[in-house]
Amino acid sequence: MSLHVGAGPTTRSPAPPPRRHSRTRTSRSFLSWLDLKAAPYFLISPYYLLFLLFGLFPLGFTLYYSLFDYDLTGTVKWAGLGNFASLLDDSAFWNAVVNTLGMFVIATVPQLLLALLLANALNKRIRGRLFVRLGVLLPLVTSVVAVAVVFTQLFGRDWGLVNWVLGWFGADPVSWKTERLPSWLAISSMIDWRWTGYNAIIFLAGMQTIPKDLYEAAAIDGASRRRQFWQITIPMLRPTMIFVVLNSTIGGLTLFAEPTTFYNGNVHGGTNSQFQTVSMFIVEQGFREFDYGYASAAAWLLFLMILVGSLINFMLIRRIGGNK
Amino acid sequence: MIHNSRRGRMLAIAAVATLALGVTAACSSSDNSGGSSASGGSSAAAEPITITVQTFGGGKNFGYKEAVDKWNASHTDIKIKNDNLTDQFEQVYWPQMIQWLQSGAGAGDVVGIDEGGMGLAKAHPEWWADLGELGLQNRKSDFADWKWQNGVTADGKLFGLGTDIGGMSLCYRKDLFEKAGLPSDRDEVSKLWPTWDDFVKVGEKFQSKVKDTKFVDGTNTLYNVVLVQEAAKNGNVSYFDTSNNLIVDKNPAVKSAYDFAVKISQDGLTAKLRNFTDEWKTGMKKSQFATLGCPSWMLGVVSGDDAAGPELKGKWDVAAVPGGGGNWGGSWLAVPKQSKHPKEAAQVLDYLTGKDAQVSVFTYAGNMPSNTQAQQDPAVQSTKNEYFNNAPIGDIFAKSASSLQPVFLGVKHAQVKNAVESVISALDDGSVPYAQAWQKLVDDAVKAAG
Repeated sequence: MSLHVGAGPTTRSPAPPPRRHSRTRTSRSFLSWLDLKAAPYFLISPYYLLFLLFGLFPLGFTLYYSLFDYDLTGTVKWAGLGNFASLLDDSAFWNAVVNTLGMFVIATVPQLLLALLLANALNKRIRGRLFVRLGVLLPLVTSVVAVAVVFTQLFGRDWGLVNWVLGWFGADPVSWKTERLPSWLAISSMIDWRWTGYNAIIFLAGMQTIPKDLYEAAAIDGASRRRQFWQITIPMLRPTMIFVVLNSTIGGLTLFAEPTTFYNGNVHGGTNSQFQTVSMFIVEQGFREFDYGYASAAAWLLFLMILVGSLINFMLIRRIGGNK
Repeated sequence: MIHNSRRGRMLAIAAVATLALGVTAACSSSDNSGGSSASGGSSAAAEPITITVQTFGGGKNFGYKEAVDKWNASHTDIKIKNDNLTDQFEQVYWPQMIQWLQSGAGAGDVVGIDEGGMGLAKAHPEWWADLGELGLQNRKSDFADWKWQNGVTADGKLFGLGTDIGGMSLCYRKDLFEKAGLPSDRDEVSKLWPTWDDFVKVGEKFQSKVKDTKFVDGTNTLYNVVLVQEAAKNGNVSYFDTSNNLIVDKNPAVKSAYDFAVKISQDGLTAKLRNFTDEWKTGMKKSQFATLGCPSWMLGVVSGDDAAGPELKGKWDVAAVPGGGGNWGGSWLAVPKQSKHPKEAAQVLDYLTGKDAQVSVFTYAGNMPSNTQAQQDPAVQSTKNEYFNNAPIGDIFAKSASSLQPVFLGVKHAQVKNAVESVISALDDGSVPYAQAWQKLVDDAVKAAG
């Protein structure tokens, strides 16, 4: 667009005097600068404007209010770092942190391993490859809440399918919503059911960018399939892995919908907060007890937690297959 | 190369930060349950004005269905739309309502408020339209003094009129009592348990005969029943004293109710179900428990399709509650200031709390009217509830209605109640040991009130 506008005046001005000529030249170079340097920024600006409005601004706003005693239905009082201090001393907050990390580990580690194996299998020549590949993505299409509602029924104490099956093997019914570890397992199974296929497809995409001749050369050298997997596929997948692990870290640490639905939409996360995550804690503080300042401070601690967790994982993954 | 890899790392770090930013910012707003209803609609002359009435509760909730149908059939200018948002007041309805009221958009034209929210509602006159100005001051004679006074804000403005009141009974499964070899006639059952100790003894007897059904649902329901009874003996206060100081640890009523909850749980009389959860409602359908503490509004919850439902019609019955009456629950209707049609909303509110509508509420759902004219209406007095084996609920609830005592509830009552009830349920399901439960209850209450 700007190119046309710039072209207009120059072609239309006949025999321009020297002074004007130089002015046209500067305006022309300005327009071409605008076109080459500024236009790209203009074109990508919608995202950043939206990010500014819905990402950065709330973040700053949250930081601001984390320094206040802000009761939604009452007063706003300066508190300094008081909210952060009492958070670090709040056993309910630490309980939520432990729950979040626990469920993250239980859900993510098997999920990514499974996704990797699945992707490896899908990468082979198998019959009906397209359908199988689409099939693993299918759980992603269902809404989180629908998944959670169904799984909540499956994991019912008295009438759930899982306990019924366990009963065949003579096991006592498990109280999935009141015991800590079983509740984590139940929630992790929801996450894995939904996201394993998604991650497998991303791994698969990564695997398909690995040049085939590497495998051929390795095969000629007599490397087994297993060796090829560990020595070629895994190291070459590193960039993909970084993406998948970071994505899972962020998703896992902000877990909210599954555990909330698991307890009737109650953000307390079980009668004794057995599976209350940090996100749920934030909502409970902010929108149940109306302690906005406290919730804001907790949101910031969660943000820092995600930052640290992501960096740790990032560095771990970089080590995979040797840092070449 | 060195340059490149460093730049890559910086980029990656920046990417991590950006992703994390986006996600933390997003998670603060991920709690939008229920639908906000667009109130009003265009007020063009031909178009009728729609007045949205927001309520909460399981089953038949506020019991307005028949009254609303009747109004809509005879009015062309104003239509009533009753939105029952959820069955959970403290956890879902009230927090959402507070946000709507505070932000000035989202609330209906008429909203229901449970007694637990009235302390906070009274402290915020700026949320409500002045019903006195809208011509409802003359309704004073329709209500007991305490019910009327609780609808007046701190600065003396009338904002809410009472709809139902608690009243108390004990619902029981006639067929299961027969199975356990206990008397099943409601008068004889009432005679079985003049006190809660007797009730526990009956429960033990029941449990020794019947294995696959527990005697009570869980700890929470009866905890609340005992709490309101004991509160009446201790100056009509529960978690807060009348100057809004938290007295959970000092009020003997709370401790007595707590002790009772521990007793029935330790005795193995509970099905370990928390009231108003999905499991609880399923448990009702699947006959997992034989008795239930029943304030009048609970009858509508039990008979609702999502709870015990039509298959169990006639198997439930209503007996007297051990330990005398009690007043648990009861709600008010108010018009938020943000309503675009306050005049019409007040008209609807006037109708729904009026005698005719309230009589239909009682005969349809069983919620005891707080309207004294409705209480004295022969139709109410003689009402029998078909679902509950034709129990004379008019007789059971209406006679005690005029003597009900209000329990004072503080500004933060809803939050404290929520925290306390989590512990009361947790000691039953085993996630908090009995020995630590009282301390946790007090600690969590202090935190919730803070």
